[in-house]
Amino acid sequence: MFGSWEIKPSVFLALATLAILVGTVVTMVLPFAWINTEGDRIEGVTPYNPLELAGRDVYIREGCNNCHTQTIRPLVAEVLRYGDYSRAGEFVHDRPHLWGSRRTGPDLARIGGKYPDAWHYQHMADPTVFVPRSNMPAYAFLNNRQVDPDLTRRKMEILRFPYEVEQISALRGKTEMDAIVAYMQKLGTGVERTEVAATLASPTTDKNPFGDDPQALKEGADLYRQHCAACHGADLQGGIGPELATPGRDDADLFQVIFHGIIEGGMPSYATLGQERVWKMVGYIQSRQE
Amino acid sequence: METPNYNVAIVRSFIHWSILWGVVAILVGVLISFQLVYPNLNLPPYLTYGRLRPLHTNAGIFGWAIGSFFALYLYMVQRLCRRPLWSDGLARFQLYLFNFTIIVAAVTLLMGFTQSKEYHELEWPVDILVVVLWVVFSVNVLMTIFKRKEQQMYVSLWFMAASLIGVAILYLVNSAAIPVSLFKSYSAYAGANDANVQWWYGHNAVAMVLTLPPLAIFYYFLPKSTGVAIYSHRLSIVAFWSLVFMYLWTGAHHLLWTPIPDWVQTLAMAFSIMLIAPSWGSVINGYLSMNGQWHQMRENYLVKFLILGITFYGLQTLQGPLQAVRSFSAFIHYTEWVPGHVHMGALGWVSLVLFAAFYYLAPRIYGRELYSIPLANLHFWLVLLGQLIYSVSMWIAGVQQAGMWHAIGPDGSLAYSFVESLIEMYPYYWVRAFSGVIYVAGVAVFIYNLAMTARRGKPLTAATA
Repeated sequence: MFGSWEIKPSVFLALATLAILVGTVVTMVLPFAWINTEGDRIEGVTPYNPLELAGRDVYIREGCNNCHTQTIRPLVAEVLRYGDYSRAGEFVHDRPHLWGSRRTGPDLARIGGKYPDAWHYQHMADPTVFVPRSNMPAYAFLNNRQVDPDLTRRKMEILRFPYEVEQISALRGKTEMDAIVAYMQKLGTGVERTEVAATLASPTTDKNPFGDDPQALKEGADLYRQHCAACHGADLQGGIGPELATPGRDDADLFQVIFHGIIEGGMPSYATLGQERVWKMVGYIQSRQE
Repeated sequence: METPNYNVAIVRSFIHWSILWGVVAILVGVLISFQLVYPNLNLPPYLTYGRLRPLHTNAGIFGWAIGSFFALYLYMVQRLCRRPLWSDGLARFQLYLFNFTIIVAAVTLLMGFTQSKEYHELEWPVDILVVVLWVVFSVNVLMTIFKRKEQQMYVSLWFMAASLIGVAILYLVNSAAIPVSLFKSYSAYAGANDANVQWWYGHNAVAMVLTLPPLAIFYYFLPKSTGVAIYSHRLSIVAFWSLVFMYLWTGAHHLLWTPIPDWVQTLAMAFSIMLIAPSWGSVINGYLSMNGQWHQMRENYLVKFLILGITFYGLQTLQGPLQAVRSFSAFIHYTEWVPGHVHMGALGWVSLVLFAAFYYLAPRIYGRELYSIPLANLHFWLVLLGQLIYSVSMWIAGVQQAGMWHAIGPDGSLAYSFVESLIEMYPYYWVRAFSGVIYVAGVAVFIYNLAMTARRGKPLTAATA
C-alpha cells in the first residue's frame, strides 16, 4: 500500500523535511510578523547604556537565568508578588532574551528601583546577610573584576545601541559588581511602576487592632527579622535604611509607610503581606521604641 | 550467507566515551543537587550552580545521549543496510571530533562562555564544531543507507534519518548570532522573537534528539531481545509521520502566559495534546509486541529495561501534553515539577533503553558473554529506584511550591513570601540529592559489569556468536 517511494531514501528525506517545516513555518517563522512591531513599542523602554550592558553580560556569564525568570505572568499571585505582567515591547532590546524557565529564586523582571543600590551590593556579595536561608551563591568576586571599556564599546556598536564617548571612558575602574547592580536597577523600569497597594483594600482602621497582644508581638518580631532587619538592622539601629529605634511616627503613619513603601526612596511596599501582618510589624517596631 | 565485514571497533569506542560523559553528567548533577541545599558548595567563579547546571545538561544530552546514539546508529545502520559503513575513516574522525567538542564545551561553559539559551548554551566557535560533527555523522549514515544491500528500509532507519535532518534544521536556525569576540556573540533575534525561536528549538530538540533516536533503538533492540518481530510495521510508520509532523508545532507551550501572541500559545497547546496519539502509537506497538511474551519480563533482563523504558516514555508523553494545558501550566511551570518531569525522560526513558542496547551489544563488542546477569538486575533496580525517588519527590515538591506561591489570603494578601517557599523545599532537595546517589550506584554497577565482561567474561561459543 505504500508503493516504492518508501524505499527511496531521497524521497523519504524530502518528505520528512517538508513535514518538519510545516509546523516550523506556522509557529516559529510567521510570528515574526506579529512580535516586536510598532504596535508592541513602549515609549519608556530604552536600549541599555554601556554599564548596564556590561552588567547584563555578567548576568549571562554567571547563568543567573538558571534560577531567576524575567517574565511576570498575568496571574493574580504573580502580579501581586512581582508587579505588573510583562509586555512584549519591554524586551525589544534584549539579545538574547533572558526569560528563564525555573524559579529557584524570585522573578527579577521588575527588580529595578525596588531596593537601593547598597542593598544589591551587599546581597550580591553575600545573600545570606539579608536572607539567612537563601541558597544563592555569593558573588563577592565580581568586586575584583574590571569591566573592559573597549569590549563594551564594540558590543554597543554591534547592537547599535546609542552611547556617549564619556560613558565608555567612565567605565574605566568600574567593577563587574557595579555593572551587574546597574543592570538590576534597569530591569522593568521602562514601564511605569504600578503600586500593588492600590489594588488591595485600604486600611480600615488607624488603630493597631492587635494592641499589646504578646503573640502578635512575637509574630511581628519574626516578620521584622524576615523583611526589615536587612536594611534597618537587627536591633532597629539602621543600616541601608534609617534607624527605627527612636520614636517618631504614630501607628497609622508607620502602617502607611510599610504598606505603601517609599518607592522613590528604595523602600518597597509590603502591602502584599496583608494588613494584619503589617499591623503586627508596626506593633513590634513601636514596642521596641519604648 | 556471508556476513559483511561490519565495523565493531568504532561502536565499542563510542560506547566507552559516551559512558564516560554520562558519568560526568550524573556526578555534576549530584553536585548541583547538593549545592541547592548547601550554598557553600558553590565555588566561584568556576564551580557555581549557574555555570555547572548547563554543564550537567550538555554532558547529559550531548555527551551521554548523543554519544550513545552515535554508537548505536553506526551499529544499526550497518546491519539494517547489510553492508559495512560507507566510510570507516569518517567514523574515526567523528569519534575524535566528538570528544574534542565535548571537552571544549565543558571547558568553555565552566569559563562562563555561554549564549544562555537553554540546551543551546555553547558559544559560536563550539557551535561550528557541533555542525561539522553532525555533517560528518549524517553523511556517513545517509551514504550507508543510499548504498545499502537490503531493499527494505526498516522503521528504525526512518527514525534515524529524520533525526539527522531535524537536528540540523533546529540547531542552525537557533544558533544564528552576531559574534563580538572569540567567545561572545549576540543572538540574531530579539526579546519575544528570541524566546519563540529558542523554545521551538528547545522543545523539538526533545523530539529530534531524545525521542526519535531512542525510538529507533527501541524498534531495533526490542525484537532482537525478545526474538519476536515488532507487532505492527504499519502502526510504527503511521506513528512516525504524525510524530514528525506534529512535534514542531508545540514549542511555544513553554511560553504559555508570556507575551508571545495568544494564537501561537493556543496552537502549541492544541498540538501538544494531539501529540499523545503518535507517542502512544509507539508505546502500544511496544506493548502489543509483547503479546504472549510477557514471561520474558521475568526471564530476560533486557526486556525489563526496554519495557520499563517505553513505559516511562508513555508516562512522559501523557504528562507532557497535560503540562501544556494553560491552567496546569499556570500552576506547575517554573516549579520543581519540571525537573521531575525531565528526569523521568532522561533517567527513565532514554537511559533505560540505552542500558538495554549496551547490554545487548556487550557480547558483540567484547566477544564474551556478559559477566553477571544478577549484577545487571541490581543495576536495573538501583536506577529504577533512583529515578522514581527523584521524580516523585520533585512532583510533590513542585505542587507544594506552586501552592505556596499562589496562596492568597481573604484580604487579597500573599500568604507566603518567596523565601518561605524555598525553606519548605530543603527536605525535598535532600531527597533528590540522595536519589542521585542511588542512581550513581546503579551506574557504577553497570560499568563494573561491562569492565568485568571485557576482562573476565566467558569467551563466546560458536552458537551464541
